[in-house]
Amino acid sequence: MFTLKGKGLVILTGLSIGALAVILTLAGNPANMGICIACFLRDIAGGVGLHRAAPVQYVRPEIIGIVFGAFVAALASRSFRAMGGSNALTRFVLAFIGMIGFLVFLGCPLRMLLRMSAGDLNAWIALPGFAIGIAVGIWFINRGFSLGRATRQNEAHGLVFPFIMGVLLVLLLINSTVFHFSTEGPGAMRAPLLPALGASLVVGALAQRARFCLVGPIRDMIMFRDPYLLFGMVSLFGAALIGNLIVGNINVGLTGQPVAHTEALWNFLGMALAGLCFTLVAGCPLRQLVSAAEGNTDSAVTILGVLVGAAFAHNFGLAASPAGVPPNGQIAVVAGFAVVLAIGFALSTVKVFANKGRVNESA
Amino acid sequence: MPDVNVCGLVCPEPVLLVKRAIDAREKGTVTVLGDSEAARENIKRLATGKGWSVQIEAQGEQWLLTLTK
Repeated sequence: MFTLKGKGLVILTGLSIGALAVILTLAGNPANMGICIACFLRDIAGGVGLHRAAPVQYVRPEIIGIVFGAFVAALASRSFRAMGGSNALTRFVLAFIGMIGFLVFLGCPLRMLLRMSAGDLNAWIALPGFAIGIAVGIWFINRGFSLGRATRQNEAHGLVFPFIMGVLLVLLLINSTVFHFSTEGPGAMRAPLLPALGASLVVGALAQRARFCLVGPIRDMIMFRDPYLLFGMVSLFGAALIGNLIVGNINVGLTGQPVAHTEALWNFLGMALAGLCFTLVAGCPLRQLVSAAEGNTDSAVTILGVLVGAAFAHNFGLAASPAGVPPNGQIAVVAGFAVVLAIGFALSTVKVFANKGRVNESA
Repeated sequence: MPDVNVCGLVCPEPVLLVKRAIDAREKGTVTVLGDSEAARENIKRLATGKGWSVQIEAQGEQWLLTLTK
């Protein structure tokens, strides 16, 4: 689809996501969490019983909607393609560890922007951490880090992930009592199912067409001085800021912020760890969801890593709460850095880019 | 045989490989074979930004970019 190009689309996507996030919060989603891919996957992990943290259990229709929206957009634009086989297990581990970083901060980069737009200064502290994590990931990529090539697969493999989302949706619509649903806490704060689904279909379709990502903006600016994705990120922030001004959801400060804590060091380090991990797997959780919907089974496994990471984070007391980051969470962040740095060095000392400077690169 | 093969690679690797290739050549022609829409658009943007002209040729599910300067 060569007609949909240029910056207009990525700006429209950012504006739409920012505006819909504010609206979904008005409609019932938790504060500054109108859309948060990490939080909502964490809720789904709880909803299907992978963890027993009672306040954060729900099968969020937004995740399902984003996948379907992206799936339909990929089919319509003939960009659906089953691909995979690029070291899925390593991606799983990186996503697992990155998710612990997100849950120590309490949000993915999308929620970080929403929190920033509502005046939560803890998120402004996390932003440079996130950028530094991305910069470290770039350092590895520049010295040859690679997870290797994906290969073309039978189309059926690419349908597995959308199918799983379909099963979740059917159960959600016809018999949601099979799931664990929070009765209080963030998991009990929900926008009505069908409007949430509808809004997220739009988000998924736009994000697929615009190749929207929230790791990419910082990565591409550092690596290539390419601002394309940055336009989307700034638009998202701008729309959320204007939306929050309109609805009066601005509270500038460190304390009293919804679903947030004030431990600056861990906000910074949590997002740094996540930024590093999701640079190495090539895209933020939203991008991974969209990519999985486009038929990329490596991205689908990455999402499973996020889900299982969320489960472990809550089962082993690693996730932060408004009370702060528990000791186990602090240890997990430090250990996570050790593991990811080891992965980074291990996979970049292998000379993937053989004969530097040689143009012809064989697979 | 294309000069750079970015099939099956995800961002930022395709752009990085092409950037290294065109920086090494400085001028002339560089051909790039790939399969993802995102990589194609990102490479196009990089190449045109550096003053290379870009020609796109569909090859089944893949595409071949010919970058010329």
